[in-house]
Amino acid sequence: MAAGLPTEGTNAEHPRAGDLARKDVPTCGLTEKLGDVKARAQAQGWDAAVVVNEERVVFGLLRSKELDGDPQQPIDKAMRPGPSTFRPYVSLHDMLHAMADHKLVNAPITTSDGRLVGLLLQQDVAAAMEKEK
Amino acid sequence: MPKEIRREEVRAMVAAGAQLVEVLPSPEYEEDHLPGAVHLPLRRLDSEARTVLDPDRPVIVYCWDTT
Repeated sequence: MAAGLPTEGTNAEHPRAGDLARKDVPTCGLTEKLGDVKARAQAQGWDAAVVVNEERVVFGLLRSKELDGDPQQPIDKAMRPGPSTFRPYVSLHDMLHAMADHKLVNAPITTSDGRLVGLLLQQDVAAAMEKEK
Repeated sequence: MPKEIRREEVRAMVAAGAQLVEVLPSPEYEEDHLPGAVHLPLRRLDSEARTVLDPDRPVIVYCWDTT
């Protein structure tokens, strides 16, 4: 469940954080330059990127504010380190509240061992909950 | 003897015929459980394990991952 793998039961019928998390979020390593990552993210239509290691363990997050920094800066200096992460099984209701409470426009969804599943956007959560009504 | 195993080993053992047992109470099991898991709550474990489970196949018991 913490890995976002299929489950059985009544909750399995409702989308959860792992289902909505965007798996195509750009990722980058600690040693890249901010300008390169920003260009790559923008080319894919993103204003965010997740910093991971070679095993896709999340180290940090680059939201639009961080991406607008000095293009020559290395990622490990530019990133927001240790962002709050959530597990794939968290309900959309709980996600929406957590994201609103902490003013998060997006949040990395990870397995219990910290590997990136995808980036969950608050707008996607709100839209999905509206659809479920 | 019991031993702790990781996710991938669980999947491999289940594929090879191991029995998967969730020991949480009914509401939790009904909401969510791993595919194919048998429900055997802790309070019934001692009294029912011998009748519900096959002693010739490995048994994987799990509850809740809080991490």
